[in-house]
Amino acid sequence: MNKVKCECGHVNPHGTVLCEACGNILDEKARQGKLLDMRYEGSARRSQTYNKTIIDRIWNFFSSVKVGVILIVITLIATAIGSILPQVSTLGQLPVPAHQYYEENYGWFGKLYYFFGFHDTYGSWWYLLLIASIGVSLVICSLDRAIPLYKALKNQRVKRNTNFLNRQRLYNKAENVEIDFTTLKEKLKKKHYNVHIDNGNLLAEKGRFSRWGPYVNHIGLIIFLIGCMLRFVPGFYINEFLWIKEGETLAIPGTDKQYYLTNHEFIFEVYDESDGEVFRNAIEEKGMIAKNFQTNVTLYSAEQSLPGEEPELEKIKDYEIQVNKPLKIDGYALYQSSYRLNEIASMTFALTNKETGESYGNITIDLNNPQKKYDLGNGYGVELLDYFPNFQMKDGVPSTASQDPLNPAFAFKMVTPDRPEGERSFAAIQQTIEVTENKYKMEFQTAEMVNYSGLTVRLDNTLPVIAIGGVIFLIGLAQGSFWQHRRIWIKTEKGGCHIAGHTNKNWYGFHKEIEKILSDTNIPIPIDQKTEKNQEKE
Amino acid sequence: MAELSSNLLLIAFVIYLIATLFFGGAIRQKKGMDESHYKNKVTLSAKIGITLTIIGFIVHIGYFITRWIAAGHAPVSNMFEFITFFSLMVVGAFILIYFLYHTPVLGVFALPIVLILIGYASMFSRDITPLIPPLRSIWLPLHVMTTAAGQAILAISFIAGLIYLIKTVNQAEATRKRFSLELIMYFITVVIGFIVITSTFSFMNYEAQFEWVNKEGELSTIDYALPALVGPNEGTLLTASKMEPLVELPANFNTSRVNTVIWSFIAGTIIYILVRLITRKRISQMVQPLVSKINGNLLDEISYRSVLIGFPIFTLGGLVFAMIWAQIAWTRFWAWDPKEVWALITWFFYAAFLHLRLSRGWHGEKSAWLAVIGFGIIMFNLIFVNLVIAGLHSYV
Ligand code: HEM
Repeated sequence: MNKVKCECGHVNPHGTVLCEACGNILDEKARQGKLLDMRYEGSARRSQTYNKTIIDRIWNFFSSVKVGVILIVITLIATAIGSILPQVSTLGQLPVPAHQYYEENYGWFGKLYYFFGFHDTYGSWWYLLLIASIGVSLVICSLDRAIPLYKALKNQRVKRNTNFLNRQRLYNKAENVEIDFTTLKEKLKKKHYNVHIDNGNLLAEKGRFSRWGPYVNHIGLIIFLIGCMLRFVPGFYINEFLWIKEGETLAIPGTDKQYYLTNHEFIFEVYDESDGEVFRNAIEEKGMIAKNFQTNVTLYSAEQSLPGEEPELEKIKDYEIQVNKPLKIDGYALYQSSYRLNEIASMTFALTNKETGESYGNITIDLNNPQKKYDLGNGYGVELLDYFPNFQMKDGVPSTASQDPLNPAFAFKMVTPDRPEGERSFAAIQQTIEVTENKYKMEFQTAEMVNYSGLTVRLDNTLPVIAIGGVIFLIGLAQGSFWQHRRIWIKTEKGGCHIAGHTNKNWYGFHKEIEKILSDTNIPIPIDQKTEKNQEKE
Repeated sequence: MAELSSNLLLIAFVIYLIATLFFGGAIRQKKGMDESHYKNKVTLSAKIGITLTIIGFIVHIGYFITRWIAAGHAPVSNMFEFITFFSLMVVGAFILIYFLYHTPVLGVFALPIVLILIGYASMFSRDITPLIPPLRSIWLPLHVMTTAAGQAILAISFIAGLIYLIKTVNQAEATRKRFSLELIMYFITVVIGFIVITSTFSFMNYEAQFEWVNKEGELSTIDYALPALVGPNEGTLLTASKMEPLVELPANFNTSRVNTVIWSFIAGTIIYILVRLITRKRISQMVQPLVSKINGNLLDEISYRSVLIGFPIFTLGGLVFAMIWAQIAWTRFWAWDPKEVWALITWFFYAAFLHLRLSRGWHGEKSAWLAVIGFGIIMFNLIFVNLVIAGLHSYV
């Protein structure tokens, strides 16, 4: 494309509005305005220059901040709608199909909500698409501006074209002034300006790096988004759950049986008087307040073992897993997520003669691992015909409501020397059912209780990427927000001078700073041409 | 220690009240408020005002520290503590902006809002609550305090924006803008109504208990601190000689809270009507003369500057620290909990604000409206999402 040569001699890329070097106005439209649009230094942006091919069109679409803002606002609204009703992913196991659930619980609104897919807003393809478009828009938008802006700021000269100066928002001029550049330089330096003086022209500049803030923060955002996408790459993310009861040693799921864990004890504590008088009111008000959930564990690594062989365990360490204190090993983290207290682990029964009360020995049934047969010697024995962990009568037939041992019941066959074919009995908690009149019974002795700890096992290799993105984002954000890019130009000409100032934000503070610097000098204080304009309007 | 702490909060409250009057005085003198904004002379009244504010701020910090010592953990773990801390941060942000821009008029609005916030906070249970396991983390104070600081600075942006609107919206014509601005004033009055009605009945020790059938179909009880206008699902009044509810609501409402909201609107509306009847002016019209002298560009810059400072701090506390903590305590950094969702919405909103301002040139009035709406979202998150949509964060 044809380059544009300015009268100062600098060759600018095609599409340049203001000469990169001297600021002369190369664009007819810009020349007619009272003030210049300084946002990208009048540099040649691809989106403003080309509009031919389909790529140009896509590029131009996404490089528009207007489009970016619209995308952000649409995402914002979708996000808000998604918070009106609970998302299906938070509801757990539903008793009925989801569409029915929403309609039953929230009426016509729930029906519509489901119909439009808001029941799964944040996991839906269109939500991901919105986020992805924001990402694309961010990248294109930044490239479109950052590179030309960088060139323009790098090429700028101290001496500026008068057309450039008098179209700045802060501007003034004076005839017949003699400028003492040495003192002025000192004063500017005190305010941390970099001062360049060239043949009666002055450029004072500070905070240019803040101009890169938005681009840095956009890069951070992109890295963050990429990190989030990595979750879908196999191997980056493992999410498992482990129920482990006290005394048990299990392989940690998701680790390929590389690591084993023993649960020694699960601890559940609540606040009481010993925690101090200050909490008394709150505890009285709320009843019970949990203080600690903790699992005392030992972690082992396992040698590779053949299937069916007991693995060889090597202790790595003891640890107390608490909420906010996960156990970490090799990228994996084990979190204290849940618990079940006082579940029946085993039940002990005595085979008893109903009449005499004589006992022939106890059997202990481990509910996780019930045996078929229990031999008591001397010809006495018990067969376990059936076991219902969570017993219920359904349509007159015994069945189990779940696999959790909440209400265990057993069908026994009691074999004794005098009844070698055995007597049947059915024993649930607090209840014995006999089909025929029996001589013997299974008398409940004790039950042993055990606590289960629920641990989330998580491997998340996306975290470092996400963290780096977050840090870069914050740095860029601070860079662009806490500092401003301020420039002051002075040009002497024919015994008089022009002075102009530009900042990318916070004009009030900038104006005040110039005024302070120029006090006690003969240089005219620039006038805010925009405020004047505003005042004319008012 | 706990008692000393409460007393310090009360003292801070009184000092802020007096400081407001001095800032008001600073405006009345109409000195140094002229358009030449580079040579602002600070009046004596404003000097006293800011000095008192700083003393109040220190006493307020005293409240915070003593409560910290009493509780043994940072007092930012329930609604009362959070809002009192938030109000402390608003004062801090105001002081910061005051020294950047020397604007007593900001105090005339910021301090009353602080007073309302403290009053609002005091309506919640002031018990020191022990921390449940997930809250027992260094990230609790880091996350909550940083978020509160960011939101407080954004609150200053709201206040500057509000003053800008009061100054510029034409009161002579019945426009949508005039109506919207007055609506904001009305909402502020409703919050005052909430404080008035709640403290009145709390002073009278009003308490009524209902038995009701909850969503799971179980019998449960619910306490009312205000006479029941709306009652719970299949509720029966257990407390003798208290008001019976006028209507009954379905089971998926927390009727006690809905009831409080209705009462607040009733009380707020009555106060609002009384003010209108007595002054024969809209509230925004009434305060307009107070701010007519202040420079609009200055307000605009304060509002924008506060967003520029507040947005990164809010991002750090409300999103970044929140994610780090969630990763440690809840096993994942993001769970789409309603509170998180609304923090994200807030963040999107201010991002849109900054882009609109930077590239669409939305300065002045448009920018002021955005600052007001943004703070509305923050308040929505604090009040509505906390109380109505309960998630991981459900305080109280
Ligand atoms: C939610 C996502 C986004 C966030 C958090 C974000 C954040 C920011 C921030 C904080 C600034 C600096 C604003 C200021 O200093 O006043 C900025 C500037 C900017 N952003 Fe974004 N942005 C996002 C998305 C986008 C998108 C989608 C686009 C593309 C259309 C975009 C284009 C720009 C541009 C062009 C600038 C101005 C750069 C300049 O003029 O120096 N941003 N962004």
